[in-house]
Amino acid sequence: MNFKRISVLTATATVGLMIAGSASAGATFDAVKKKGFVQCGVSTGLPGFSATDDKGNWKGIDVDACRAVAAALFGDASKVKYTPLNAKERFTALQSGEVDMLPRNTTWTYTRDTSLGLNFAGVNYYDGQGFMVSKKLGVKSAKELSGAAVCIQAGTTTELNLADYFRANKMEYKAITYDSSDETVKAFEAGRCDMLTSDQSQLYALRIKLSDPSSAIVLPEIISKEPLGPVVRQGDDEWFNLVRWSLFAQINAEEAGVTMKNVDEMMKSADPNIRRILGIEGVKGEFLGVEDKWAYNIIKQVGNYGEMFERNVGEGSALKISRGLNALWNKGGIQYAPPIR
Amino acid sequence: MADASSERDTPAKPRLLSDPKFRALVFQILASITVAAFIFFIVRNTLHNMELRGISTGFGFLDRASGFGILQSLIEYNETSTYGRTFLVGLLNTILVSALGVFFATIIGFIMGVLRLSSNWLISKLAAVYIEIFRNIPLLLQIFFWYYAIGFNLPGPRQALSVGESLFLSNRGLYLPAPVFEDGFMATGLAIIGSIVAVIFLARWARKRFEATGQLFHTVYASLAILIGVPALVFFATGSPMHLDYPSLQGFNFQGGVAVIPELFALTLALSIYTAAFIAETVRSGIQAVSHGQTEAASALGLRPSWTLRLVVIPQAMRVIIPPLTSQYLNLTKNSSLAAAIGYPDLVAVFAGTTLNQTGQAVEIIAITMSVYLLLSLIISIFMNWYNAKMALRER
Repeated sequence: MNFKRISVLTATATVGLMIAGSASAGATFDAVKKKGFVQCGVSTGLPGFSATDDKGNWKGIDVDACRAVAAALFGDASKVKYTPLNAKERFTALQSGEVDMLPRNTTWTYTRDTSLGLNFAGVNYYDGQGFMVSKKLGVKSAKELSGAAVCIQAGTTTELNLADYFRANKMEYKAITYDSSDETVKAFEAGRCDMLTSDQSQLYALRIKLSDPSSAIVLPEIISKEPLGPVVRQGDDEWFNLVRWSLFAQINAEEAGVTMKNVDEMMKSADPNIRRILGIEGVKGEFLGVEDKWAYNIIKQVGNYGEMFERNVGEGSALKISRGLNALWNKGGIQYAPPIR
Repeated sequence: MADASSERDTPAKPRLLSDPKFRALVFQILASITVAAFIFFIVRNTLHNMELRGISTGFGFLDRASGFGILQSLIEYNETSTYGRTFLVGLLNTILVSALGVFFATIIGFIMGVLRLSSNWLISKLAAVYIEIFRNIPLLLQIFFWYYAIGFNLPGPRQALSVGESLFLSNRGLYLPAPVFEDGFMATGLAIIGSIVAVIFLARWARKRFEATGQLFHTVYASLAILIGVPALVFFATGSPMHLDYPSLQGFNFQGGVAVIPELFALTLALSIYTAAFIAETVRSGIQAVSHGQTEAASALGLRPSWTLRLVVIPQAMRVIIPPLTSQYLNLTKNSSLAAAIGYPDLVAVFAGTTLNQTGQAVEIIAITMSVYLLLSLIISIFMNWYNAKMALRER
C-alpha cells in the first residue's frame, strides 16, 4: 500500500514541480537575454514554415520569426535553438517554459488566446483550410465528398472546421486522426482516406512529399479563416512587444521598400519614415529594451516580410504559393502593420 | 522472552521513547504529515501558478460541445456531443481493444505454450521461434508493421475483395452484414438467456452425479444442443424477426453493415501476438512446474494423456500461471494506449489527445486519464485475484 502511495505521490510531485520550476524562471525577456539565445518551438517538419534542409539547418517563415527576434535582441539571427513539437505538444511546451516563443503555423483563436494563458503576437501568414484529393476520384468540389474518409492531424483547428463544414452541408464523413502530418500523407497515399485536409499552405507543402505530387489536386474551396502567428506566454509584456514588433518591422520595411540588399544604402536615406524604421532618428530601441538598430539587424539578416515570404513559400521555393491575402494592404492583400513612430 | 524479562530488574518506569510500538507510531504519524503537507503544497502551488498564468482550471469543460468527429464509437456520438461524451467514447474504445486483445492473447498464448512443450521437434521449435521473435521486437514497431503491412496493402473500396457480395475487405476495413432486430425478437432473446441458465444447472447436476456415482454425462453435447436448439426453435416459431443489413458501396465508401476499421484490426493483432508470446512462456513455465511424478501417477492410474493434461496438469499449473498472467493482462491494457500512433480513437488519442488540445486543460485531463488506467488495472487485478483464489489448491 505504501509503495502505491509513494508512486502516486511521485507522479503528482513531478507534474507539480514542472510547473513550479518554470514559474520561478521569471520574466521571459530577462531570462532569454541572460541565456543568450531564443528557444523556438517549431513544427516537426513542414516545408516553407519550419523544416530542416539537406544540411540540417532549420528553414521557413516560422523559423524566420524566431531569427528576427534573435536579430533584434542580440544583433545575431543565428542565436536560436529549435524544439520540434507536434500539434498536441505545442501549447504545453510553451506554457511550461520549455520554449520562449511558438511560431508553429498556429491558428489564432478565441479559446487559445483567452483560456490557455497565451498571447498571439501577430499574424505572419493568413491561411485557410482546404482539401487535397486524389485525381483518380474525379472530384471537382468539396461538396461532392459526402461519405468520404478524411485524413487529418490531431489537435488542430482543422479537426473542428472539418466537422463544421460537413455538418453545415449535411454530409457524412469519417475522420482518421494521426499524430503527425507525415503520417496523414502516408495514409493518404496508401488510400486509407479519400482526402487530406489541412491549412491550404500546408496542403501544397505536403503534396511535395507524395511520391507523385501530380497524382493529387488541391480543391479550390477554402472553408475557414486560419490566421497563423507566433505565440508567447502571458505575463511578460516586454517579450510580447519584442516578438510583435519584430514582425511589424519586417512588414513596415517591405512597405518602405527596404530590403536585405539595399538596407545599407537606405541608412543614408532622407525619408523620415525609413530613418525611423532603421533607428537613425526619432524612436529609440530602448522602448523595446534593445539597441537602436534592432530593425536594421532584422532586415539585414532575415530580410523584410516580402523577401522572407518569397524565399520560403513563394516563387523562390518549391511551394510557389502566391501572395494572395498575404500581400501588403496597398497591394491587394491584408498584411498591415502599425507605423514605427 | 518472558523468562528473560522476569529475570531482569524491571525498571520503575519504562522510557516512552524506547518503546518500539510508540516509536513506530510516532514515525508513521510524522511520515503521514510530511506526505500530506507535500501533496497540499504541490496542489496549491500548481493551482496558484496556473491562475497566475491565466490558464483556466476546473472540470467545467466536460459539459462543452466537442465539435469534432471520432472514427469509431460504440455509443451514440456526433459533433454536438460534449467533451464528457468524448471521454466515454475513448474509454469504451480502449476497453474494446483491451478485451479483444486479452481474449486472443490468452488463446494464442495457451496454444503456443503447450506447443512449445510438444515432443514433436518441429512444432516445438516453431513455437520457440514465434516466442523469441515477437517477444523481442518493440510493440510500437509491431503495431506499425501490421498497420502498414496489412491495412495499407489492401485494395481500395471500389476494388474491394468480397465474399458473396455481403462481406467486403478493403483498405477502409472489413465490412460485415449487421443484424437488424425486429419487434418479435424479444422472445428469442429470452430463450437465449433461458438456455444459458439451463446449461449452468445441467453442468451442476452432472458434476454432482459424477461425484456421487462416478458416471460421466456428456455435458458438452447436451449444452450445445440446448444453446443452439432452443433459441433457434423460438426464433423460427416467432417468424424469424431479424434480417441482415448488407454493406454496399455508395459513393466513396461502404454504407450499412458493421465495419471493423483497419486501425482496430492492426492494434488487436499486434497486442495479441505480442502479449501471447509472453503468455506462452508463462504457460510453459507453469506446466513445467508440475512435477513429472504427477503425470506418471496419472498414467499409472490409466488416465488418457488428454485427461492427464486436463484433470491433473493444467489445474496444478494454473496456480503458477495466473499471477504472471495478471501482469500480462495489465500490460496489454496499458499498451493499448499506443493506439494513438496509428489513429485508433482510444482514450489517449481522443481524450488525452484531441480533447486536451482543444481545451488546453492539460492537468485535469491527464489526471483523469491516469486515474482511469489505474482504475482499469485495479479492476483487472481484483478479478484475477478472485480467480486465483478460486483456482488455489483446496485442502479437503
